[in-house]
Amino acid sequence: MRIRARSGLLVSGIASALVASMMMAPVQAADSSTATSLADFGGLAGLEAKCKEEGQLNTIALPRDWANYGEVIDTFIRKYPTVNLDSQNPEASSAQELAAVRQLKGSNRAPDVLDVGLAFAVAGAAEGLFAPYKVATWADIPAGAKEKNGLYYSDYGGVIAIGYDAKKVKVAPKSIKDLGNAIYKNQVALNGNPTSAGAALGAMFAISEAAAGGGKGVTSMKKGIDLVKTWKKAGTFLPVQASSATVANGQTPITLDWDYLQDKYAKSSAKVQWKKVIPTDALIGGFYQQAISKTAPNPACARLWMEYLYSDQAQNLWLAGGARPIRLEAMQKKGTVNKKYFAALPKLPKGAQVIYPTVPQQVKAREVLAKEWGKLN
Amino acid sequence: MTDIKSQNVVAAQKMGGDNRYKSNNVELRKLFFDYSGLIPFFLFAAIFIGLPTGSVIVNAFRGNSNEWTFENLRVAFGDIYFTSLTGSIQLGFTSALTGAVTGLAISYGVAISGKKKLQRVVATASGVFANTGGVPLAFFFIAAIGNYGLVTIALQKIGIDIYSGNFTLFGFSGLVLVYLYFQIPLMVIVTYPAIEGIKNEWREAAVNLGATKSMYWRYIGIPILTPAFTGAFLLLFANAFAAYATANVLTSGTIPLLPIQIGSLVNGNVVADQTNVGMAMGLEMIIVVAVTMGGYIYLDRKTSRWRKR
Repeated sequence: MRIRARSGLLVSGIASALVASMMMAPVQAADSSTATSLADFGGLAGLEAKCKEEGQLNTIALPRDWANYGEVIDTFIRKYPTVNLDSQNPEASSAQELAAVRQLKGSNRAPDVLDVGLAFAVAGAAEGLFAPYKVATWADIPAGAKEKNGLYYSDYGGVIAIGYDAKKVKVAPKSIKDLGNAIYKNQVALNGNPTSAGAALGAMFAISEAAAGGGKGVTSMKKGIDLVKTWKKAGTFLPVQASSATVANGQTPITLDWDYLQDKYAKSSAKVQWKKVIPTDALIGGFYQQAISKTAPNPACARLWMEYLYSDQAQNLWLAGGARPIRLEAMQKKGTVNKKYFAALPKLPKGAQVIYPTVPQQVKAREVLAKEWGKLN
Repeated sequence: MTDIKSQNVVAAQKMGGDNRYKSNNVELRKLFFDYSGLIPFFLFAAIFIGLPTGSVIVNAFRGNSNEWTFENLRVAFGDIYFTSLTGSIQLGFTSALTGAVTGLAISYGVAISGKKKLQRVVATASGVFANTGGVPLAFFFIAAIGNYGLVTIALQKIGIDIYSGNFTLFGFSGLVLVYLYFQIPLMVIVTYPAIEGIKNEWREAAVNLGATKSMYWRYIGIPILTPAFTGAFLLLFANAFAAYATANVLTSGTIPLLPIQIGSLVNGNVVADQTNVGMAMGLEMIIVVAVTMGGYIYLDRKTSRWRKR
């Protein structure tokens, strides 16, 4: 190659430049960091080539046991073995993700892509931290689940389910109101502090919905807190944070949590027989959001990661982890959904509407919680 | 001639000046080498204490678009978060007082036992216990005396149910109990030297002068130990006041505490735009801890006066 190039350096140089410009001319974007869709790369192959040039992708806050992210990451690495995927700070919170984007700006260690809670997606977009990009399967994402310019869009989510260890809990709870029954003394816990943990806030919305009814739960957090107070009086509620350790130890045999985060409890100990049910009196859902950092050091790989996450392959991997991918409905219609994984999802009651709390509702509810949660004892 | 002479004088002065300069330089160099071992410490302190403290103080007065404001402090002291300040002070005070009294008793008992081996074992164990905290400590207690803990179940087998009454590991009393795990040993470490410093000769002298046991304690023992006790109490208070992870795991914020509220504002998954209110509460903590530690340092100086002799 090199010898041939030397012999006719000028000619071949001009020729290859010509060929390149002819191939790329109609679609050539200035650079990857301003590309807003696959068209700017001339298709997936063009994007893959650009990413291979970069050879690096920095992700942040992706725990391996969260919605099957371990397999999602491993599959990407198998697909693009020359790209070095650096999964930074897997246990980071959404707040830390945004902080990393701000503080590492300009560094090649800065995160390229983010997976954040809805409130942080909205705040990050308003702050101008994200780059707009529409994945090839953009049309499959429901309108309510994406920012219209592509600054952020929902990726996977679930509904609040009651999880219980069938070995310890002899009478299966069916509704959230059941959890106040004295037979569950010292057994009911949330996954953390609802003023800071998304799952616990979701659980509190479900409790409020059970207390208020008729879809009014999202605006009546006080009623939810009052219901928890009655549980405290009855002795069923424990303020301890549920985790694999407390489940294995038997301390928290019943938890209210996102359905897809409960699979790890099943694996926490051989003695645990974990089951989950969708409560009959509240159907609260929540999705996480994907976004590309505007200052991503590897802008092409960031976009390739998005294309990968919204492909049938990765969406089915999230489904394998018990999470509901945002393209689930579209994939069902196309018949590309993995039927086995889909069948394993807890069934939602027929015709029931899942309620997704909006950002203003979350902010308001958190304010009530910040004030009242500390007075629970 | 005079010119040359004066030139020589000037030259000599210059040389002298140079010499003085040189010796200064040597002294500086000596100073540098003497203290160079401390450079990593100062660097460490600047990066991990100085910078963050400065940034907390500045950001406490900044709004979301970087303007100067008192709004964060207003919210931090407002009715939503004020209970967490009082909650933290209550927890710090209760666990410090219980820990200080118990720890002092242990120190005293070990000191007067005169058994060197026992003293060494207690000192080493205290060092280990006093440095245990965080999430692991919470799990120690859940595994031992949680609802399904080993000790709980063992006690149930012999007919004792620790959960039959009002006790819960996951409330205020539980937190105090868990904190004692590191508070008591810390008290032992801090007060042991002061108690050891009480000379037998003082007691003998007092008795020879006709003092009874209670008079000895009233006029000599307690006055000598008071600054040590109060100083150690303040240290314990600051220790519990700032503890975070253990309380967070055990109570999920159902006990209002400053560190937990700060954690949920600056490092949460729920609220995105109130980081600086968290910083304002951080400023509250800095002030409380600074006042407490100022008191500790003052009292520690008083105590060490007795130790030197």
